[in-house]
Amino acid sequence: MRFRRPEPRPEAVADPTRGFELRGVSHRYGDRPVLADVDLHLTEARIGVVGANGSGKSTLARLLNGLVVPTAGQVLVDGLDTRTAVREVRRRVGFVFQDPDAQIVHPTVAEDAAYGLENQGVPAAERAERVAEVLARYGLAGHADHPAHLLSGGQKQLLAIAGVLVMRPARVVFDEPTTLLDLVNARRVARVIDGLEQQVVVVTHQLDLLDGFDRVLVVDGGRVVEDAAPRPAIAAYRALMERR
Amino acid sequence: MTLALYVPRRSPVHRVPAGGKLLALAALAVLLFAVPTVPVAGGALVGVLTVGLLAARVPVATLARQARTVRWWLAGLFVFHALFTDVPTAALTVLRLLALVLAAAVVTATTRVTEMVAVIERLCAPLRVLGVRPARIGLVVSMALRFIPVLAERAERIREAQAARGGSARGIRGIRTTVTPLLVQLLQMAHTVSEALDARGADDVPPARGHRSPAGA
Repeated sequence: MRFRRPEPRPEAVADPTRGFELRGVSHRYGDRPVLADVDLHLTEARIGVVGANGSGKSTLARLLNGLVVPTAGQVLVDGLDTRTAVREVRRRVGFVFQDPDAQIVHPTVAEDAAYGLENQGVPAAERAERVAEVLARYGLAGHADHPAHLLSGGQKQLLAIAGVLVMRPARVVFDEPTTLLDLVNARRVARVIDGLEQQVVVVTHQLDLLDGFDRVLVVDGGRVVEDAAPRPAIAAYRALMERR
Repeated sequence: MTLALYVPRRSPVHRVPAGGKLLALAALAVLLFAVPTVPVAGGALVGVLTVGLLAARVPVATLARQARTVRWWLAGLFVFHALFTDVPTAALTVLRLLALVLAAAVVTATTRVTEMVAVIERLCAPLRVLGVRPARIGLVVSMALRFIPVLAERAERIREAQAARGGSARGIRGIRTTVTPLLVQLLQMAHTVSEALDARGADDVPPARGHRSPAGA
């Protein structure tokens, strides 16, 4: 029996104007459905996602950079399918998690900030330059050689953000970035998000974080039940929560 | 809990490559056991302190902390040898071990973790023929150093939460009530960490990596 070598997959070409496209997306963990028939096209600069715990919003966020591949449907980032071009998708889409302790993987601040660049094969000199620049931008330059576990909660979240932004992604997804922070640090992180040039998707319970956003999605029971500007979307979300 | 003992300084000792420092440490160990005399052990201790405190400018407190962690072992060894052999042997044993502990502390204080990890990766390079990826081994070592303090912190939080509700972490029941929630937390965290590694391109590791220091040093 002779095997034929599979045809090489044609190189996917990215179109940066297309943003995120979710086409008929459903997802389930085992027997438990978490998202059902989601169709979205996200091109706005600032997009918020709100919803109750367990509504499916974190899964929605994870679909956007291929951390989760949908059980049905298709997720495209700039035209690249997260199922077939996941590495290229992850280079384009940074992801910041709720708990920075789970995201910081190296013992010291500068080493951790450099991790993503090492993975991309960025030369040492350029790596050093970019790490120094990003640490300075987020007020961590004086902590470059400090153990990461000795940073405050706010500084850890800034390091987690720095470790993503140093990779210069075109889009950044934040999954509840301020949930574990006090008011001062939550505001610092909000200012950082506000100042980003990249397209940003923020999953959050902190509704004032969405002031000035272009679009807010309300997720409930695995479906997008409201998709509007922040004011009407948040009003709909409050009404939804009050009915429970 | 502090595992990362690196003390950032601009010194000749800091500039010596990690592999060179580890070789020197191994050579010192061989010397101390091959020439078992008090003058050699005492001289080695003076030499280590000179290099550490004067050349590398490691704070006295850093070395003292390391010495404190082994003080009871050293005291026990001294007493044992003094009772069962003789005092010069007891002094030799203590001086030898103290010199090695402080030498290791000087190496740790003057070498970034990533430089150490790079050495481990180089030492593991022959394992490539067996399909092992040395970069992965280096990452595992680095992550172990990173997450041990996190683990200790989580265990402490669990103990505090139990104490706040009148519980006690003593005895078999204490182990069960601490270990079970800790394991659950660790499994949840391991899942998020694996996602974070993916999100930061862990699968993109280039085939051959050079030195991993962010400072390029």
